[in-house]
Amino acid sequence: MAPGVADGMKLDVARVKKDFPILDRELDGHRLVFLDSAASSQKPRAVLDAMDHYYATTHANVHRGVYTIAEEATAAYEGVRGQVARFIGAPSPRGVVFTKNATEAINLVAHSYGRGRLAPGKAVLLTEMEHHANLVPWLMLREERGVELRFLPVDDDGRLVLDDLDRQLEGVGLVAVTAMSNVLGTLNPVARIAAAAHAAAAVVLVDAAQSVPHAVTDVEALGCDFLAFSAHKMCGPTGIGVLWGREELLEAMPAFLGGGEMIRDVRLDRWIPNDIPWKFEAGTPPIAEAIGLGAAIEYLTELGMDAVREHERALTAHALSTLADRHGDDVRVFGPPDPGERGGVVSFTYRDIHPHDLSQVLDSSGVCIRAGHHCAKPLMRRYGVGATARASFYVYNDEADVQALSDGLVAAAEIFAV
Amino acid sequence: MAGLEDLYREIILDHYRSPRNRGELPSPPARRVEGFNPLCGDEVVLYVDIDPSGRVADIKVAGQGCSISQSSASMMTAAVKGRTEAEARDLIRAFKAMMSIHERGLDANGDAPDDVSMPAVAGLDLGELEALRGVVKFPVRIKCATLSWNTLAQAFDEAGAGAAAD
Repeated sequence: MAPGVADGMKLDVARVKKDFPILDRELDGHRLVFLDSAASSQKPRAVLDAMDHYYATTHANVHRGVYTIAEEATAAYEGVRGQVARFIGAPSPRGVVFTKNATEAINLVAHSYGRGRLAPGKAVLLTEMEHHANLVPWLMLREERGVELRFLPVDDDGRLVLDDLDRQLEGVGLVAVTAMSNVLGTLNPVARIAAAAHAAAAVVLVDAAQSVPHAVTDVEALGCDFLAFSAHKMCGPTGIGVLWGREELLEAMPAFLGGGEMIRDVRLDRWIPNDIPWKFEAGTPPIAEAIGLGAAIEYLTELGMDAVREHERALTAHALSTLADRHGDDVRVFGPPDPGERGGVVSFTYRDIHPHDLSQVLDSSGVCIRAGHHCAKPLMRRYGVGATARASFYVYNDEADVQALSDGLVAAAEIFAV
Repeated sequence: MAGLEDLYREIILDHYRSPRNRGELPSPPARRVEGFNPLCGDEVVLYVDIDPSGRVADIKVAGQGCSISQSSASMMTAAVKGRTEAEARDLIRAFKAMMSIHERGLDANGDAPDDVSMPAVAGLDLGELEALRGVVKFPVRIKCATLSWNTLAQAFDEAGAGAAAD
C-alpha cells in the first residue's frame, strides 16, 4: 500500500499532511492552513530529501564530464525525462524539454514555432480565460509578426463558448488553451478543441500548469501538440518546468536560447544545433530541480493521480456547499457550479470586502489564500471585478481547512461590517 | 507578528466605509490620472483640479481597491484639498517617508531620503494620516497605501510637463 492511500482510491489526508514538513509550522498559535497551491504547492519530505541527497552525493554538471559522478548526474537528470514522459503519456523522452517553468515553455513555443512557422496573417486562437503566461507571449508575437489573435469567449458560468469554434478556427495556425483555468477552475474540453483545430490544420498548445498536478494527463488522449507545465505546482521545486512537444514539430523548430548544451558544433562564423530535446536547453540546466521533479512525480504516482483528482473533486464540492450553506448570497463563486466540471480552485468574492482584506484577515488565523487578479486581468474585466479571493486545494487539504476558511470569512465580516 | 488592529484602525475603516471626495470631475479642465497596483489589480483614478495659483481647488477619486488603498486615497484627498502644489508635494514626501521603512530599497524610484522621519518634513502634522502608520508592519500592503499618493505626484508631474510643453 502506497503511503497516503488508505484504501483503493481514497487519499489518507492525515498521512499525506505528515509528508509535508511546512505543515508543522504554527503562525501565532495557528496551524498553517495552506490554500494557495494553485500558485505554488508545498513540497513533501521525499522531494526535499532527493534534492539534498543529489547535492550531497552526486552533483556535477551534466553531459560534460566523463568521471563517475558526472555520469551519475547525467543519468539521473536524463532519467527524469523518461519519468516525465510516462507521467504525461508521451511516447518518448525525446519530446520532453526542460524549461524554467510553464511560462518559459509557452514563450519557447511563441518564439520558436511562432517566428518559424506562423506567417504574418495567420491567426492564433486563445481563450478569454488564459493566464497572462499564455497571453502576453502571443501579444508580443502579434506586435512582432503581425499575427492575428482571436479569443474563445467564456460564459457567465465560466465555461468556454465553443458554438462558433469551427468558424473561429479558419486561418488559425496555432491554438493555445488552458486545460484548467487558474481562476475559475474550469476543466476545458481540450480534446474536442484539439480535434477541431487539427481538422483546420492548426497545432495545439495546452497550458497544463493547473491540470498536470491534479489529474491523470495523457497527451495522446488530449490530442495536443505541445503541453506546458511547472514542477513547483506539483510538489516539485521552483525553477524547472516542462515543454512537451511532438518530436517532428520540435525537430523542425529553430532553437530558442543560444549557448552551451544546445549545440553540436560551433565555429566562429556558424553553429549547428544539437538534437532535440537538448536543442532547446541552453546552458547548465536545473539539475537538482529535475531530480526534485522526478521525486515529485514518484510521490504523486504513489498517491495515484486518480485518487488525487477524486480527493480534490470531493473537497471542492464540500467547499462549494459550505460556502453556499453558511454564507449564502454573501459569497459569489466564479466558475462552473458543478464540481465535476472544475478542479480544486474556488475563486470568490465575499460581501463587498476587498479580497486583499479578506486575505489579510484570514492570514491572522494562519489561512493562506490568494487575493488579486491571478494574472488573468482580461478575465477579471470579463466578470466586472478587479480582484477575487481564491482558495485552491491539493493533496494535503481537508475539510478542516475549508472550515478554517469559512470561519475566517465570519471574522472578516465582523471587522468590516458597515 | 503584527495584529490586525495595527492595520485596521477605526479611522481607516471609517474612511473605507465613507470615502471622502469620491467621484469624478469634468476632464478637462481637471487632470485625470490613473494609478495601478500590478500586484493586486487595484486601480485608482484621480481627478485633480488645479487653479491658476497652483492650488488644488478640487480633487475626486474613482476606481476600486482594498480598504487600505481606498482609505488612504480618501484621507489623501482630504489632506491636499485647498493646498498648494508645493504643500501637497511636502505631504506626499512626508507620507511616503512614513511608509518607506520597508519600501526603501524595494522601490527603485522611492525618493524618500534615509534620514527623513515624519516630524522632520516641514513640520507637517499628518493628522489622521498617522493612522496608516501601522501599514508598515504589513510590507505587502505598503503599495496599497502609497498608490493614490504616487498617482497624485504623477498628476503634478504631468501638469508640470504639460505646462513646460505649452
